[in-house]
Amino acid sequence: MPVQCSNCVQRRAVLKRPKTGHSLCKDCFFWAFEEEIHQTIVSAGLFNRGETVAIGASGGKDSTVLAHVMKVLNERYDYDLNLLLLSVDEGITGYRDDSLETVKRNQQQYELPLKIVSYEELYGWTMDAIVKKVGLKNNCTFCGVFRRQALDRGAMMLKVDKICTGHNADDVAETVLMNVLRGDIARLRRCTSISTASDGEGAIPRCKPLKYAYEKEIVLYAYFKKLDYFSTECIYSPNAYRGHARAFLKDLESIRPSSIIDVIHSGETLSIKEGVKMPVQGTCSRCGYISSQALCKSCVLLEGLNRGLPKLGIGKHHRLHGKILAQEPLTEQEEKKLKAVDF
Amino acid sequence: MCQVEEDYNGLECNQEKITVPTLNRKCMKCKEGTAVLIIRVNDAFCRSCFKEYFIHKFRAMLGKNRVIFPQEKVLLAVSGGTASCSMLSQVQEGLSREAPKKLRFVPGIIYIDDGGACGRSAEERQRSNALLKSIFTETGFTYFIVSLEQVFSLPTSVLVPGTSDPDPSNPSYKQAVDQYIKEKQTLTEENVASAVAQLNIEDSAYSPEHKLALERLFSSMKTLTAKEDMLQTLRSHLILHIARENGYSKVMMGDSCSRLAVKLLSNIALGRGAALASDTGFSDPRYGDVVIVRPMRDYSSKEIAFYSRMFNVPSVFISGLDTKTHDKASIQRLTESFVTNLQFDFPSTVSTIYRTSEKLHTVMPPQSQTAEPASKCLLCLCTLDTKVDCTAEYCLST
Repeated sequence: MPVQCSNCVQRRAVLKRPKTGHSLCKDCFFWAFEEEIHQTIVSAGLFNRGETVAIGASGGKDSTVLAHVMKVLNERYDYDLNLLLLSVDEGITGYRDDSLETVKRNQQQYELPLKIVSYEELYGWTMDAIVKKVGLKNNCTFCGVFRRQALDRGAMMLKVDKICTGHNADDVAETVLMNVLRGDIARLRRCTSISTASDGEGAIPRCKPLKYAYEKEIVLYAYFKKLDYFSTECIYSPNAYRGHARAFLKDLESIRPSSIIDVIHSGETLSIKEGVKMPVQGTCSRCGYISSQALCKSCVLLEGLNRGLPKLGIGKHHRLHGKILAQEPLTEQEEKKLKAVDF
Repeated sequence: MCQVEEDYNGLECNQEKITVPTLNRKCMKCKEGTAVLIIRVNDAFCRSCFKEYFIHKFRAMLGKNRVIFPQEKVLLAVSGGTASCSMLSQVQEGLSREAPKKLRFVPGIIYIDDGGACGRSAEERQRSNALLKSIFTETGFTYFIVSLEQVFSLPTSVLVPGTSDPDPSNPSYKQAVDQYIKEKQTLTEENVASAVAQLNIEDSAYSPEHKLALERLFSSMKTLTAKEDMLQTLRSHLILHIARENGYSKVMMGDSCSRLAVKLLSNIALGRGAALASDTGFSDPRYGDVVIVRPMRDYSSKEIAFYSRMFNVPSVFISGLDTKTHDKASIQRLTESFVTNLQFDFPSTVSTIYRTSEKLHTVMPPQSQTAEPASKCLLCLCTLDTKVDCTAEYCLST
């Protein structure tokens, strides 16, 4: 006996919603999905009228769905936003060049202007070259740090007011779990906020409109709307620590589907004792980007790459900041620790 | 900020430097005795140094946190497992030492028989009760053996937090200890003997309606996760009631470091982030008049297992709700297997999670400042976190 949609009861149900288990027809599902994102945006006050917003587009399912939904909601509810696509080219052959083609197609499909920034032009290093130097572990650190800065610099070039990224509920929950497992208290406190703090000093705020949308629902939405997206995993990702947190979260979801939102809720309601040491926000003395140390992480990483000491950015290295700034050579013992591990 | 990578790098360097073969290693503390066990990553101990280390950690935990006052009545919650039985033997050890290093409180033991919820037969329950009774009578402390069915006969005052004594004449810890030492010189031996000969309660009798009610309650819950959660809640209510009735102001739980790490992660997965600090911290003040402390929270299960094997700590294995279930049967079970497997690849996982829990904060509402105190959950007596607060979604301003 065919199941009827639990919302409109008229049409046949075509899917079961991962978040709630309701059986819905296509149109009701689209409406529910888009409406929840609209509520997220409105209740958190993410955007103001007349702002220019850059959508971080990688060509993957999250950013494609984000671009599509933002365009739809912008028209439907008259947000009066000026939308554009911003993409980052990390220089990973076989992965990024294909996904960039997808982004270019998206630009034509959604009729939004596109800007691409690449690691090559910003830092002089592609991810392939970095992995050759660093090895197969710890390279996600380089990619992530460089990409944040690349997004910010691209946004500054375009003179936008806000950036929005396609981080979904699964991403935020994984981040909470990962930060607990690694003991990173400072990040644990910040990672559940839907928008980064805007200091008014040049740092462009970033927000996550898809924060409460399940990854499975994003896939279903993209599939039923027949959106064009690129669906391969990054070739360097299998060895990342995040993989453990992700496997755990997927198992949790199979036991109890509401666990993902429960983890996010726990992360939001955590409170840290006073007196625990927290990093203070300042600026990097070399490039002027925001940083909590004397040198920002990407300057440290770049310095390490350029000097042939790829482990300079990994692990604790505060004592070496002074030396790097003063352009002094490091002692032999320090150099030995920082060189790449030979296989 | 990430601790894991740094430890891993350190490990690699260590392995290059060690040339001493692993057999015939010397104890790292006294450097004379032959090492008989290795705890943490690479710390070798000989037998006597390990015993000293174990005992010292217990006393240091109590001393550092200064919550147990002299002559206070403390209830030890024993489940029969190795961790709580080690705690019991530590307390025995501590009370038997010569003054002034003697531990100074009056202990009682409580064991809750939850066979009705776990589906054990009446004979099994009687057998394990008898074994435990023999262990408890050996110690000479007052003990209570209570069956979980009794939770249905509790008064509703269990769900109300008692007020802690805001007596202004209540002395600080140091003053209390000094006062006690002065008084002790006038105490006679008879007082001590009479305290021990108190009434031991073994209340394992329960009415059939309660038994049926318990069975119905647990079979109405469809997931194992919910059952374990409910069992935890009922147990703590029963312990609280017994503690209140018999004048015990503190309850000691035997949760080890590994157990607490698993509890922390599974509570995050269940959505109990606001209550994390009270659920896994050293002291749990949510009930007001009765404070729950966890002195074993610094011990990994490996250390406890070694100690109870090497020094013959008597314990009884009693199967629980999740014994012999597969990995994905419940959230708690999944978390346990996840942490254990991760610990294998990254040996600092449990201690990192433990340190994270130490930095968390029990949100206690200020009692005299606001007109209306924050409302509390009926079942777990923690502050409610269900207010739809827009600031949670906004950027967090420090």
